[in-house]
Amino acid sequence: MIGTHYVYWLLFALMMIGLYVVISHGNLLKKLIGLTLFQVGVFLFFISIGKVDGGSAPIVSDDVETYSHPLPQVLILTAIVVGVATLAVGLGLAVRIFETYGTVEEEDVLERDTTP
Amino acid sequence: MTVFTLINISLLAILVATALTVSRLRALYEAAMLSALFSLVTACLFVLLDAVDVAFTEAAVGVGISTVLLLGGLALTRSREAVTPRRRRLPGAAVAILAGGTLVYASQDLPAFGSADSPVQRHPLTDTYLHQSQEDIGIPNTVTSVLASYRGLDTLGELLVVFTAGVAVLALLGPLAHPVDARRRDDLDLVDYRVLRVISAMLMPFILLFALYVLFHGDFGPGGGFQAGVIFAAGFVLYGLVFGLDKAQQVVPRVVLWALIPFGLLLYLGVGVVNMLLGGSFLDYDTLSSDPAAGQHLGILLVESAIGITVAAVMTTVFFSFANRRATR
Repeated sequence: MIGTHYVYWLLFALMMIGLYVVISHGNLLKKLIGLTLFQVGVFLFFISIGKVDGGSAPIVSDDVETYSHPLPQVLILTAIVVGVATLAVGLGLAVRIFETYGTVEEEDVLERDTTP
Repeated sequence: MTVFTLINISLLAILVATALTVSRLRALYEAAMLSALFSLVTACLFVLLDAVDVAFTEAAVGVGISTVLLLGGLALTRSREAVTPRRRRLPGAAVAILAGGTLVYASQDLPAFGSADSPVQRHPLTDTYLHQSQEDIGIPNTVTSVLASYRGLDTLGELLVVFTAGVAVLALLGPLAHPVDARRRDDLDLVDYRVLRVISAMLMPFILLFALYVLFHGDFGPGGGFQAGVIFAAGFVLYGLVFGLDKAQQVVPRVVLWALIPFGLLLYLGVGVVNMLLGGSFLDYDTLSSDPAAGQHLGILLVESAIGITVAAVMTTVFFSFANRRATR
């Protein structure tokens, strides 16, 4: 079990560190960094599912027999670029929140909203 | 234990250690730099897992663009995080441990890592993508043929998301949200450092040439529109960082960039519509030429260029929006 599944477990650990940061930290920028960590964990998990022992990159040539699966790679390739695009939107929102509230800490923002 | 396993475990251990450090650091500039290191190690792991195209993208995006964006965001806000109180830490840790435990429990049903008879590998599509594609499309890099041809509609959707994100950032931070008066800051600019100025000016043509190579060589080796677009943008970002925004906007005026964002998307859609007019189905490149394989080549080239244009324009616009915001405040 350990020899065959260790990659998945280490990647789950990575995802959970990201999830922890997103849930517990109040700073919006830190949350975004945590989200990136979580995201990378998911990316690696997808890619590791397509990997074959002794395989090679899915670029067909005559002297290669086994290839890893190209489909997860396609999905993750586009997801990385979409990920950075959404990160940019998140950062834009954080900047606007800072300009309005003078803080990027979640609790301070909520406090200012509730006190008239 | 093979060398592969050993390298794999070491890289994953570095990743977990970096992630733990990032989660503990309250100085966010440091955290941003460490997350760049995190991306670099991830790119190495992608190479190890045979995903060279993905590694390429991760290296360009994670280390280059997203670090610059994070630093830009930090420069506009506060770079020090408040202490996370214990009452917030405990529930977060509980949720993470619980979810992680569930995942590990569920992973018992997953096929062994790297096994050749997992459902992923046994699925009939595997053969279609790896062998049939050589007759259908005839390009060696199967990642490109799946991305641009077999799953072209998917990729169109992804491009639409990138387009929407670019428009959203423009609406949030761009000159549409705030009038711009490009005021020069008094402190020392990066352009005053001669070494930086000369070296980056020398590197510029090579970066752009490399981006073109990545774009047009994507059929035969790792590369394609997404990677090329990001590398293009990295070149412009470097230029803007060193020589200042005014100079960068003389080279690529903002209006041109704004026009290029929808242009790529429309080009992609246009290829699909032309396919339909020629009697095929949407994004069926066979119709573009009398020889289906030549049609596929042409279609993939057009679509990859469209992706490259939109991605490069969006990434550059996003960077300019963040940097402009700083200049105006």
